Amino acid sequence: MKRSITRLLMAPSVILLLVWMIIPLSMTIYFSTIRYNLLYPGQNNFVGLMNFEFFITDPGFIPAVANTLILLLSVLIITVVIGVVLSALIDKPFFGQGIVRVLLISPFFIMPTVNALIWKNMMMNPVYGIFAWISQSLGLEPIDWLSSYPLMSVIIMVSWQWLPFAILVFVTALQSQDTEQKEAAQMDGATGLHIFRYLTIPHLARPIAVVVMIETIFLLAVFAEIFVSTGGGPGYDSTNLAYLIYNQALLQYDVGVASAGGLFAVLLANIVAFFLIRAVGKNLTV
Amino acid sequence: MSYLTITDLQKHYDNYHALRGINLSITEGEFLVFVGPSGCGKSTLLRTIAGLETSTGGSIELDGRDITELASSKRDLAMVFQSYALYPHMTVADNLSFALRLAKVPDAEIQEKVRSVSASLQLDPLLERKPKELSGGQRQRVAIGRAIVRQPKVFLFDEPLSNLDAALRVQMRLELARLHKKLGTTMIYVTHDQVEAMTLADRVVILNAGQIEQVGTPLELYRKPNSRFVAEFIGTPKMNLIPADKITHKEDELVFDLFGHTIHFPANRLKGAQPDTAIVGIRPEHLSLVSEGGDLTGRIELVEHLGSEAYAHIQLQNDQTIIVKAGARTELKDGQEVSIKVDVQEIILFNDQDQVISVIPEEA
Repeated sequence: MKRSITRLLMAPSVILLLVWMIIPLSMTIYFSTIRYNLLYPGQNNFVGLMNFEFFITDPGFIPAVANTLILLLSVLIITVVIGVVLSALIDKPFFGQGIVRVLLISPFFIMPTVNALIWKNMMMNPVYGIFAWISQSLGLEPIDWLSSYPLMSVIIMVSWQWLPFAILVFVTALQSQDTEQKEAAQMDGATGLHIFRYLTIPHLARPIAVVVMIETIFLLAVFAEIFVSTGGGPGYDSTNLAYLIYNQALLQYDVGVASAGGLFAVLLANIVAFFLIRAVGKNLTV
Repeated sequence: MSYLTITDLQKHYDNYHALRGINLSITEGEFLVFVGPSGCGKSTLLRTIAGLETSTGGSIELDGRDITELASSKRDLAMVFQSYALYPHMTVADNLSFALRLAKVPDAEIQEKVRSVSASLQLDPLLERKPKELSGGQRQRVAIGRAIVRQPKVFLFDEPLSNLDAALRVQMRLELARLHKKLGTTMIYVTHDQVEAMTLADRVVILNAGQIEQVGTPLELYRKPNSRFVAEFIGTPKMNLIPADKITHKEDELVFDLFGHTIHFPANRLKGAQPDTAIVGIRPEHLSLVSEGGDLTGRIELVEHLGSEAYAHIQLQNDQTIIVKAGARTELKDGQEVSIKVDVQEIILFNDQDQVISVIPEEA
């Protein structure tokens, strides 16, 4: 009796969440099995797994998967490593600490589209960009970042966007580090580097795991930066899965293939999550 | 064994003068205890010796070598912290060997040292555990072991027992005393608990507001305090302080008029000029309850029975409450009128600047 009342009371929220998830998912699954091209309305017959075949054999597919993974891993490594180092550096009080912290956090407040525009037009532009100016003042040929190193350009933009998040988490974690432990290590003859290696890094294991997991969720779906800056090109050099799906659905008007791509992206996210959680998840139970 | 000499040590914080000229020498193998109320600078003094705080004046010498400016990692001192400060990600064995590993001691030697320390502190079954899997007392022993294994010149203890429960505290106190006897290393110990200070110390340093109030053996401080602060700080329950506003001077004695009662105090025990007023200090155990003919009378407010003894809180005529030690089987009742005998030999007199103006007679 008591249990059925509990279930009854929980039902509305459970049903709402279920519907919220089930309807888009089942619609995607449904679209992925029919012919659904916006250029040929009304010809929505069942085609089996043909959409999946089209998506996987698309020339952009292999580069897109590779780019997605390269982008994910590079940004994770850059934000975690630089984030840990910067957080440790600004942990000790110094003059202007408050301002430095705000400046380090502020890129997080800038929306991805604006971020990409800033990097595209102000930093990486081969004519007006600051990088070009630096190269020229050193007597070097300016680099056209977006066409010469498109994926690396995207990685730089996304890292800049996500570094503040890592710093925010690590700085907070460092503040909870016990000062007496550090003092005890000092008395034991440890240098600053020893303390960083043997006390700070282990202390940060859990926050690092949290940062990796949360960033993974968002980095698998990077879109705005690519759309605004490189447009996935040149060729497929900076196309990731999210951009490829957009490309199928809204540039080639093939909703069926795009839905199949969406389902594949769900699959990939699960595979990545599985390995990541295996790798870093054990830190969460410490 | 090592000795320490501290000369005119100063510590200023931004707008706070924490140590006001500390002069102290600590002899080889001594167990020295810093004690004082919170904020008196005892922890600051210890941390300055450890090198965790930088002094703003004066000098610290270890075995004749000036270490005032030396980094704490180079001073060869070991410290046991109040929170134990064990490294949470390392096992007990790794905690014990951390300093040795940093010092690049050969592996075989490290293992040998860790084994002997863990045997002497009964840590053997715990070596593979992490600190969070240990009880408070076990953590405390690991923290002490981590200090011992390095064989430092001086041990520093910063209120090491204050996080333990009462029974464990008594046990660890004994173990520390044994440890000092066994190792013979110089030890400096900070506490706010005067029982720890009295039981552990060879000498006690009483600090007050960043200055040394008095240094001496526990019994010296108890019997011959230099000031009212020390007299009140040492001893539980506190010393009774009764103002004597009317003093008559006679040939060889002073007569205190305490609300209708008189107490005769031999004049040869006075140092300095004869005072017009004084504060009479007398410890609870030097007062006794008598059926009649006592030096003071009062009404019992409350009796605290401790089992082996009892303390009677007695209200005097001036509404002041004093504490008298009574026998365990006392039949005292609240509200009862009692007569109190004062052991005049044990009276300590203070002037209105809280300085002692009487001499304590040597024991017969």
